[in-house]
Amino acid sequence: MEEQLIKNGIRYDGRKFDELRPIEAKVGILKNADGSAMFRLGNTVAIAGVFGPRKVFPKHEEEVDKAVLRARYVMAPFATSDRGRPGPSRRSTEISMVTRKALIPIIFLDEFPKTAIDLHIEVLEADASTRIAGINAASLALADAGVPMRDLVCACSAGKVQGHVVLDIAGKEDTEGELDLPVAYYPKKKQITLLQMDGIAKNEEVKAIIKLALKGCEKVYEAQKNALKSRYGIEEEHKSEKVIE
Amino acid sequence: MIEIDAELIKNILRKNRRIDNRAFDTYRDVSIEKGIITSAEGSARVKLGDTEVVAGIKMDIGEPYPDSPDEGVIIVGAELVPLASPEFEAGPPREEAIEIARVVDRAIRESKVIDLKKLCITPNEKVWMLFVDIDILNDDGNLFDASGIAAMAALLNTRMPELDENQKPVRDKKGTEPLPIDGIAISTTFAKIDNTIITDPNLAEMKSLDARLTVGTLKKGDETLLCSMQKGGNVGFSMEEIEKIIDMAIEKGEELREMLK
Repeated sequence: MEEQLIKNGIRYDGRKFDELRPIEAKVGILKNADGSAMFRLGNTVAIAGVFGPRKVFPKHEEEVDKAVLRARYVMAPFATSDRGRPGPSRRSTEISMVTRKALIPIIFLDEFPKTAIDLHIEVLEADASTRIAGINAASLALADAGVPMRDLVCACSAGKVQGHVVLDIAGKEDTEGELDLPVAYYPKKKQITLLQMDGIAKNEEVKAIIKLALKGCEKVYEAQKNALKSRYGIEEEHKSEKVIE
Repeated sequence: MIEIDAELIKNILRKNRRIDNRAFDTYRDVSIEKGIITSAEGSARVKLGDTEVVAGIKMDIGEPYPDSPDEGVIIVGAELVPLASPEFEAGPPREEAIEIARVVDRAIRESKVIDLKKLCITPNEKVWMLFVDIDILNDDGNLFDASGIAAMAALLNTRMPELDENQKPVRDKKGTEPLPIDGIAISTTFAKIDNTIITDPNLAEMKSLDARLTVGTLKKGDETLLCSMQKGGNVGFSMEEIEKIIDMAIEKGEELREMLK
């Protein structure tokens, strides 16, 4: 008999169906990177660091009319209960690629021809939805690096667990649930920049799951903006601008 | 190198036409030949217009993964063979090949059309390993769907090798038992160029697209279910566009499934 993950409308970790895990977001956490950030969703923790725009090595990857965004998602060997093999895998290569494509729409790449913006994401703790935490940290790290951006990209997952549509898939819900659907969102343009799905559901269910994930994205977006405000003290900056006028 | 003028493709679409004169929601001609490789346990050649891929299935005995001790193992690989395009290079698989393999893998695995429990010989010790290898022989776009159809056709064509007294596969004799398959998983791919959604993008359209969405479907009884999705491209989709594509994927998946029966 499989374990019951939902009882009386409450999930196994105590959350409601449409509730995110506790979020923690911090900007400017590392000294050497041009921009850095940490994003935590419960026990899933990712940090991201950005270098650039800088010279492109190897040079053949250079583009004459725009900057290249290079993203690398890696999971630390100690991030899972069984030790993972260090370095890239087929899984991490695919996640690096979809992460890059999720972020490209918001960055003014045309402004920096012949340069590279290098983004490194390290998952320190994995309790499902790691690409989500990675993208949320990456978006903040890019902003922290001062890379000109149209908006932040926010990401969230939703899915189906024992017949129920739930937000922010965590832990056992990932391994034992029916479906996991990560989404990344560009709020100002209302565009979905990442969409993947693993698992079986009906047409209308899938649409409802995407819409729930988008609601989660909106909450993540607020947390990201707050993290940037607390790092850069937005209120005070407004005052100093007035003085200059 | 193939030079594609994205502006030309866009101009044609603005006139409500496609460069190869197809309707927006039409697939190119599909041809499926099964059992073309005698050395493989199952195989298929699929042509989708001028896109051509071959899928071969090999089976061997191996150990199960620790987290699924009573299930067989599926491993999907895709190779962009350098003769398929002047742009493909020899060497270890890159991002594009890895994505194709993982998208094909996801549709087969998540749809659960193969009963992996029936591929277990001795729990914790011996299971069937099912290797699905896809060779891309000619790239004229939409390698995702061509590869997915070829993999599914090859799996349906597979006959499991017999085991000898030492529980090793017998290599010099063809098996007779098909794989434990229930249902057909199909991937259908759509592209957005400017704001037009088209089905089965050819190479010129692939090179001009803003965004791409591959949707896996499966039929259970009378109902069509979704089993996988993968977005590509450097531009986003609106929710409305995604809803429209999901509906189209269910319809187009049905057409392709008929061809595999």
